[in-house]
Amino acid sequence: MKTLTALGVCLTGAFLLYSPIGNAMDCEELTLGSAISLTGKYATNGVHAKNGYEFAIQKIKEHGGVKIGDKCYNFKVIYYDDESKGDRGATLAERLINQDKVQYMLGPYSSGLTKAIAPVTEKYQIPMVEAEGASRSLFAQGYRYLFAVLSTSEQYLASAVTLAAEKAKEMGKDPSEVKVAVAVENDPFSLDIRAGVFEDARKLGMQTVIDEKLPRDLSDMSAILTKVKLLKPDLLIVSGHSKGAATAVRQISEQKIDVPMIAITHCEAADVVGNFGAAANDILCSTQWAETLTYEDPIFGTAANYEKEFKAAFPEYAEKTVPYQTAQASAAVYVYKDAFERAGSLDKEAVRDAIAETDMSTFYGNIKFSTAGNNIAKPMVLRQIQDGEYNVVAPSEFASHKVNWPRKPQ
Amino acid sequence: MSAKKVIFYIAILAISLTAPFLLPDFRTQLATLWLMIIVALTWDMTGGQMGYNSLGNIFFYGTGMYVAAVIAIALVYDVSDYTDAAAAGGEIFKFTDTQYFTGMLLGIIGAGLFCAVTAVIIGYLTFGLRGPYFAIGTLGVAIAGGELVSNWEWVGGGQGITLPVYPGDFNVGKLYFYYLFAGTGIVLFIFLKWLYSTRFGEAINAIRDDEEKAEAMGLHTLRYKLTTWGMAAFFVGMVGGISAFQLIHFEPLETAYQTINLGIFMVVCVLLGGKGTLWGPVIGAILFHVIKEVTWNYFLGWQWVALGALIVVIVVFFQDGVMGWLMHRKPEWFGIRVEEKEPAVAGVNQ
Amino acid sequence: MDQILGNISLLFEFPVVNMKIIVDGLMIGALFALAAYGLALVWGVMNVKNLAQGDFVMAGGYIAWWLEKQGLPALLGVPAAFIVLWGFGWVVYKLVISRVIERDLFTSLLATFGLAIMMAQILNLLFGSDTQSVQLEYDTLYFIDGFVDIPIAKLIGVLMAAVLATGVIIFMKVSRMGQAIRATSQDSRAARVLGIDTEKVYAFTFSLNSAICGAAGAIIVMVWVIQPFYGITYSIRAFVIVTAAGLGNLPGVIAAGLGIGVAEQYGAHIFGIGYQQAIAVLLLLLVLLVRLLQQRQMRQSLQ
Repeated sequence: MKTLTALGVCLTGAFLLYSPIGNAMDCEELTLGSAISLTGKYATNGVHAKNGYEFAIQKIKEHGGVKIGDKCYNFKVIYYDDESKGDRGATLAERLINQDKVQYMLGPYSSGLTKAIAPVTEKYQIPMVEAEGASRSLFAQGYRYLFAVLSTSEQYLASAVTLAAEKAKEMGKDPSEVKVAVAVENDPFSLDIRAGVFEDARKLGMQTVIDEKLPRDLSDMSAILTKVKLLKPDLLIVSGHSKGAATAVRQISEQKIDVPMIAITHCEAADVVGNFGAAANDILCSTQWAETLTYEDPIFGTAANYEKEFKAAFPEYAEKTVPYQTAQASAAVYVYKDAFERAGSLDKEAVRDAIAETDMSTFYGNIKFSTAGNNIAKPMVLRQIQDGEYNVVAPSEFASHKVNWPRKPQ
Repeated sequence: MSAKKVIFYIAILAISLTAPFLLPDFRTQLATLWLMIIVALTWDMTGGQMGYNSLGNIFFYGTGMYVAAVIAIALVYDVSDYTDAAAAGGEIFKFTDTQYFTGMLLGIIGAGLFCAVTAVIIGYLTFGLRGPYFAIGTLGVAIAGGELVSNWEWVGGGQGITLPVYPGDFNVGKLYFYYLFAGTGIVLFIFLKWLYSTRFGEAINAIRDDEEKAEAMGLHTLRYKLTTWGMAAFFVGMVGGISAFQLIHFEPLETAYQTINLGIFMVVCVLLGGKGTLWGPVIGAILFHVIKEVTWNYFLGWQWVALGALIVVIVVFFQDGVMGWLMHRKPEWFGIRVEEKEPAVAGVNQ
Repeated sequence: MDQILGNISLLFEFPVVNMKIIVDGLMIGALFALAAYGLALVWGVMNVKNLAQGDFVMAGGYIAWWLEKQGLPALLGVPAAFIVLWGFGWVVYKLVISRVIERDLFTSLLATFGLAIMMAQILNLLFGSDTQSVQLEYDTLYFIDGFVDIPIAKLIGVLMAAVLATGVIIFMKVSRMGQAIRATSQDSRAARVLGIDTEKVYAFTFSLNSAICGAAGAIIVMVWVIQPFYGITYSIRAFVIVTAAGLGNLPGVIAAGLGIGVAEQYGAHIFGIGYQQAIAVLLLLLVLLVRLLQQRQMRQSLQ
């Protein structure tokens, strides 16, 4: 033991002597905490988020760490596995705060978990910057310490509804003749998407012909698709995290579903192009972020650069599109860096106020929080899978390609 | 009661009441420990003492949560307005302090009563099922309950319900919930200690040892079975209600009707501690909870593998639990501590 | 309520929907039946209720999926999963099941529940929690104006299931081992007296069950999707089917499997797909209740 300590002292000494000043190596540690889903139904995306956190921490370290006053810090995250369960997440948040004395939290994956954890962080007045909880109801509770870098979930597929209305007008029809079919998972996130779609559809006077909920252990949705064949909607919306996307794309092609516009979520996370190839063509996918967008910042470079470097750091993503869940997780860590530096101290309240005043451009998009805590400076974009490529088609100011409409059965 | 025993119980009571001050950082975990003790003790009422192994007691926990929340909300607002607003991120429904505490009190009691009645109804249908069919049937009831509630939009469906936060200082709030759980646990323990010493206790033990014979001797077995399960459900429903207010946000499948989590933990606790004894479930719950809290988070994903292995090992090699093992090794101890030693031993080895 | 009525009226308005539902239901039911098949054997022969049934199915699916990713032909996954799961079943039997056979029934139920939790999590750690599937490059057949679709891959899957099921029935009738299994299930003590090594019979039966599950999983991965935590879905179905069909009644298991497949599809159509799991479980409760009433009647007639 003594030898080890001695060795440790020598090594540290060596570092102090030889590392150039300002190198992140001799920065102190600044601990963040996060309960994240490594097991259970959200495990896939939980891991995406964790990788995003880790990547950002590494990049910030490479760029000299977080400078607060004349000191510098490196982030370190204590992770616990919340098992995709709200009560577990809440317990772990208390554990992080009470026993590990964590002062700053990163969010969990999914709206449901964020809903369970936010009351805890709020009670302890611990700031939480989260990147994966999009449900609007999170931002209606008057939380002071909750900040989200992503757009809220009712915006996910709202542009698909608008697009369907535009297309109807082009065909000389009234938007109120558009028939909408909705199949979403029975969880807070997807139900919020459904609420957003219904709201927009109602405004335009569209009719809902199918409104179904997908179970959490979905493996077959042919019952819904049969109804789609009968009722012939003009817009089909499916949202059920990765498994919903995978099942939908596969069975839509098997059953030769002929709907002019199909919009789903989580295409990239489910890697529908890699798994199903041409069957995924002309499907619309909502995304928080796309690597083709022109956002940029000094740490991560452009969005495209983020994707390239992330793939280099995590080779398991080499064959896929980097999911936006990862990008936004990195952005959350970046928000912390920026806020700490502006606050110039480790005082919790000062940092909270600095976060609240965040107004920055990042590779992920602009970030500026409303008083409710959600990011109001970044739009959702809609991409279409065109010959295996994800191309941005809406909203028009970001569109790089024209939308293929109507979709032909593949 | 001998002087030694009186001192022993006073010491236990003193520890229970001062624990949140001795370990202020662990208040929530301590409250959860009481929750585990309560569900383990109630599971043992049917599983250990009566020989009916239910896998569905979690149904009453989830139902208790929902009943308590619905009562608390319904006293002030329209339930469907409340859940709709939560879904759409609309206005927030405020509760005054009086409304919060009356809602909670009535909600928790209502949850207990509702669950007791439900248990009698379900029990009437399922107690004819013997052995593993009873376990499968009750497991089915729990799964079906969760699935149906998750499709019921009036109570928020898959969104779950968000209840108001404890008004006032949150440290006081944590103490408040600790004492709610601890109080319920202590009342339950005393109640069971008394119950198992009565004729009623003997009757349910007789059902466990040989139901046909008990019936032949003129015991109205169904009535005993329903009463026992109803009492167990009453307490589980109550702690479900308390949990609902403590957790603030809960949803049906993963939190309320958590079949393979709490639903199976309670059985593991009882087996670990020793089936059919009064102290077994308590010891099992403490052991299980402490081991779980200490090790769980360091497995990072492997915890469920470890839990599965633990269940298999306990069931296959250590089914008599700590109490059974102790009884085997130190029978003289039980002359002092546990009265109902004979039937307990018989039950464990059946 | 309006939605439910609307869905029912669809059934009458477009009678072809019924065809589609029945075809889908039969195909799904065939695979449920296969998963239940082994359970009926194990339950009947050794009185062990295996709650890990569905997790054996998932394990088989992942083996087939992994082999296909290594570049082997997808259909090879079925025999491969059969063989691997056979070995796995044997190990599980020796380590766990052999120790719980003589114990009370709750013990086997709980031990296999522990096993189920363990297996699901190990699959998750090995393969990740993404849903996975194997895409077969076959066409889809369309009937009735393209309304009823039968992917050839599904057809192949169902045919393989049928071949396997018939194989087992013939095996039980003809082979020495099959006879020994049947003898043991009727009266294990008598079988032992007559010189049958019941320990060997048990090990064989459990391995066979595990292997059948594995093959079922390998077929399922080709026609639907698998995920580490989907095992419970198949376990529940298997219990419903076996409870409804009665123990050791293999043709009954097939009939019940097909029936439940169709019933579930109708349920999903009428009430919505969100109720699929609830419908399966409620069917289980219903079957248990019916059995219970039958028992009561029998007891009364005896008295």
